[in-house]
Amino acid sequence: MKARQAIYVAGFVALLLILWQGLFLLFGLRVLTPPWSTFANAWNMLRMPYYWPDIMESIRAFVIALLIAFGLGSIGGILIGTSRTCSEVLEPLLVNINTIPKVALYPVILLIFGLGIWAKVVFGALHGIIPIMISSIGAVRNVNPIYIRSGRAMHLTRWQMIRLIWVPACVPEMFSGLRLGFSLTLLGTIFGEFFASQKGVGFLLMNAIDLRNIPTIMALILLLVIFAVVCNSALLAADRRLHRRQA
Amino acid sequence: MTRYAWVRISIVAGAALILEILCRTGVVPRLIMIPPSEMMASAWQILASGEIKSDFYFSFVNIALAIGFSVVGGFITGLAIYSAPVLRATLEPFLTSYSAVPPIVFHPMLIVIFGLNRAPQVIIAVMFGLVPMAIHTISGLRRIRPVFLKVGRANRLSRAASIFQIQLPAAAPYIFVGVTLAVSYSVIGVISTEFILSASGIGHQISFAYDNYDNRTMYGLVLLLLATATLLNSSLRHYSQRMLQRWTR
Repeated sequence: MKARQAIYVAGFVALLLILWQGLFLLFGLRVLTPPWSTFANAWNMLRMPYYWPDIMESIRAFVIALLIAFGLGSIGGILIGTSRTCSEVLEPLLVNINTIPKVALYPVILLIFGLGIWAKVVFGALHGIIPIMISSIGAVRNVNPIYIRSGRAMHLTRWQMIRLIWVPACVPEMFSGLRLGFSLTLLGTIFGEFFASQKGVGFLLMNAIDLRNIPTIMALILLLVIFAVVCNSALLAADRRLHRRQA
Repeated sequence: MTRYAWVRISIVAGAALILEILCRTGVVPRLIMIPPSEMMASAWQILASGEIKSDFYFSFVNIALAIGFSVVGGFITGLAIYSAPVLRATLEPFLTSYSAVPPIVFHPMLIVIFGLNRAPQVIIAVMFGLVPMAIHTISGLRRIRPVFLKVGRANRLSRAASIFQIQLPAAAPYIFVGVTLAVSYSVIGVISTEFILSASGIGHQISFAYDNYDNRTMYGLVLLLLATATLLNSSLRHYSQRMLQRWTR
């Protein structure tokens, strides 16, 4: 079954590439570059020193945003989750905040944090932090009470309770939230660079749009997609392993 | 209303009050934020004067189109994946990592293909909204209790009758969760794309006001947008939770 699924997936990817080539034949170079030369352009881009300052800027912003989102999101979620009243009050509020279009807040963030790297960091972290918090609350609240009771019955110390019961019981579900938070933080950071930014991959993309530089647009999009898919697949594999171990 | 809801409301009101005090006393300068009371006054003025009625209309039509396409498309996709094992094996890895690639990165390409009109925005919003709808359709159909299907078979329902009288009603509450997500993602998609590359729409007006240092208008519009989105999302969520509760009772 696994091998067959791999064949299907490979077939689907091949179909997408054929579709891409077809679109190229239909619209021509004015609109998009064909798959092969897009890959070549992306590879050249990575070899040229010209693009690296922007790529590094985006990576730096993304990593800081991710650390903030992971740290504050999971600590906040655990603290809220341990109190029943707190989670009953705050969870619907968080779910509501999660569904508002956060772009509307971007100008506010720009006004507060200025035009440098911090505005995108905060905007990226803002996208990731709430889903991580919601899933951490869920993870803490859903721990099977039997585990906790049996821990108490065995007179575990507080530290042993955390190490042997809370962490193993919560980590798999929390990790799923982190995976979602990863993608959303990436979205937020790139989006932050689209608007009022002087550096970064999003800025390069915006610049290329203004210049109608199709090869650069396509190559940058390809690099972003590859980065996102590779990271997500790695996280997904880790996620599955954690869940399997728990089951 | 429950006690918890009152606590929630007072938290929001308290935060607004603290912000008001901070702004009035000058701790937060006016260049950064205006007091919430002035935001409300500005929002009211924008509504009363009707100066950006056409932008509201533009965004509204885009959002409605995006919701329509994502709900219908997501439902059909979900149904197809649910009923065809080949599709399921092929598309499942892609569905689980759908949120990995921010659809907004395709915006430049779509603009080149379709031009600066509503099509790229609607397509991006549909890319945001269609997948959660499909995922919830699949999981809703998978959760149907086998006993329901057995009752149908015992009563010799035809395939179509089984779908319309048993499977869809049984999956409805979960599918509706997908609808609520599709709605909020469509709003997010449309407003986000308007924000960066568009000549009209609420998102564009907000970024236009920001570019012109017109804080009063900007905060009024932000408040209006957030209030509308919150109202829409929370009423849908309320309805969907009632649906789920009725079913699991």
